[in-house]
Amino acid sequence: MSLSFLDKSYNAFHDDQSFEEANSNTLTLYKEPGLVVPPTFNNAGFRDQSHEIAKKFAKGTTTLGFVFNKGIVIAVDSRASMGNYISSQNVKKVIEINPYLLGTMAGGAADCQFWERYLGMQCRLYELRNKRRITVSAASKLLVNIMYSYKGYGLSMGTMVAGWDHTGPNLFMVDNDGTRLKGNRFSVGSGSMFAYGVLDSGYRPDLTEEQACELGRRAIYHATHRDSMSGGIINVYLIREDGWHKISSTDMDHLHWNYVEDKKKEIADRNKL
Amino acid sequence: MSDCVIGIVGKDYVLLAADATAAFSIILMKDNEDKILKLDDNKLLAASGEAGDRVQFTEYIQKNLSLYKFRNDRALSTHGAAHFLRGELATALRKNPYQVNMLLAGYDKEIGGSLYYVDYLASMQKVPFGAHGYGSYFVWSILDKYAHLDMDLDEGIDVLNKCIAEVQKRLLLSTPRFIVKVVDKNGTREVSLDNSERAKIQQDKMDA
Repeated sequence: MSLSFLDKSYNAFHDDQSFEEANSNTLTLYKEPGLVVPPTFNNAGFRDQSHEIAKKFAKGTTTLGFVFNKGIVIAVDSRASMGNYISSQNVKKVIEINPYLLGTMAGGAADCQFWERYLGMQCRLYELRNKRRITVSAASKLLVNIMYSYKGYGLSMGTMVAGWDHTGPNLFMVDNDGTRLKGNRFSVGSGSMFAYGVLDSGYRPDLTEEQACELGRRAIYHATHRDSMSGGIINVYLIREDGWHKISSTDMDHLHWNYVEDKKKEIADRNKL
Repeated sequence: MSDCVIGIVGKDYVLLAADATAAFSIILMKDNEDKILKLDDNKLLAASGEAGDRVQFTEYIQKNLSLYKFRNDRALSTHGAAHFLRGELATALRKNPYQVNMLLAGYDKEIGGSLYYVDYLASMQKVPFGAHGYGSYFVWSILDKYAHLDMDLDEGIDVLNKCIAEVQKRLLLSTPRFIVKVVDKNGTREVSLDNSERAKIQQDKMDA
């Protein structure tokens, strides 16, 4: 055989017993008789394991958004976790697509950042081509069409697209299995159930701007309190006709002790009466 | 599967009802999701199925029927639309299947109202009434007993009320709201179910 010298050299590798034993855990490639797999090949970093890690990332977050008479409030936590490990306490989970559009981030940080930045680019191109701003409905549809075309490929995103266009305030929820829902109250992430509890019970359309921002902040705070995968800083944004405004950025720990103080006072006042 | 769509053919109309819930894991994200798409002036398509697939497939059908109308200067009949729909579903079935179950309702001048049952495996059948989802198991017997082709609209709505009352009473998964639409010689429109009537039906059953 003309390539016999190759076989020989591989066999020389193969005969190195101690080397193969040391790597026997990682050497799981299918071996056919006569086909020699280089023992130096290491498949430990390939898709099976890395895919699982990506899945575990999913939605360790609390984000919320709601529409009320004066506009839209978006509130998010800022914790990033990988299983038990908290990898960051100050992540920006609100992505500023353009001065009138915000996106929130739950699920894979890279997926959200990449695709929402890409969405920002598409929205700018729309403006240049059509000489008018894109509607929130159209922007969220661009995003969901991407999500749908990559369905089953392992993207992990649970995002809200919020903004003000010529139709008024609009809020959409878009996720990686191709869902796109229009609504006026959403919460996404592992802590969303806790946030919904506070949000649903405190929501009224006629909230003032201050009350609305406080409701959003409070709902996220309660989620960070009960959900181990949410925490850190609570960021609150308000969207009005003139675009979005960043309202506050508060450490949930400080908030916690403030709320504890408030509750103490409340109980003391009640006992006085 | 937790979503429920129901269709009934009456004397000169077809009624479609679909639950209005959008669920994510254990969370009810929305209770006013419209799952009955208007395909054209005299066709409605009610669909239930996997998130994403439902909207993508039904809008694809809607847009292609519209394109057909532009190209040929006439709209496809309900029968033709049903076969187009089934064909697209069957072509996709061995590639990347859409997990959608549908009821297509239409009204054609010469034929009157017609209803087509299409499931995600691309089987299609012209039916006098039909239903999809877990709710359908409760609904079939009611339709078998009460529905017939001579019903006027009020009678049809009565039967629909019976179906929805039963689903809301016996199905573990909650379906708080249904959206109901009708297609007849005047086109398509949404109709409101008389909630008090349904409450009365449910109350009778509670007492029994």
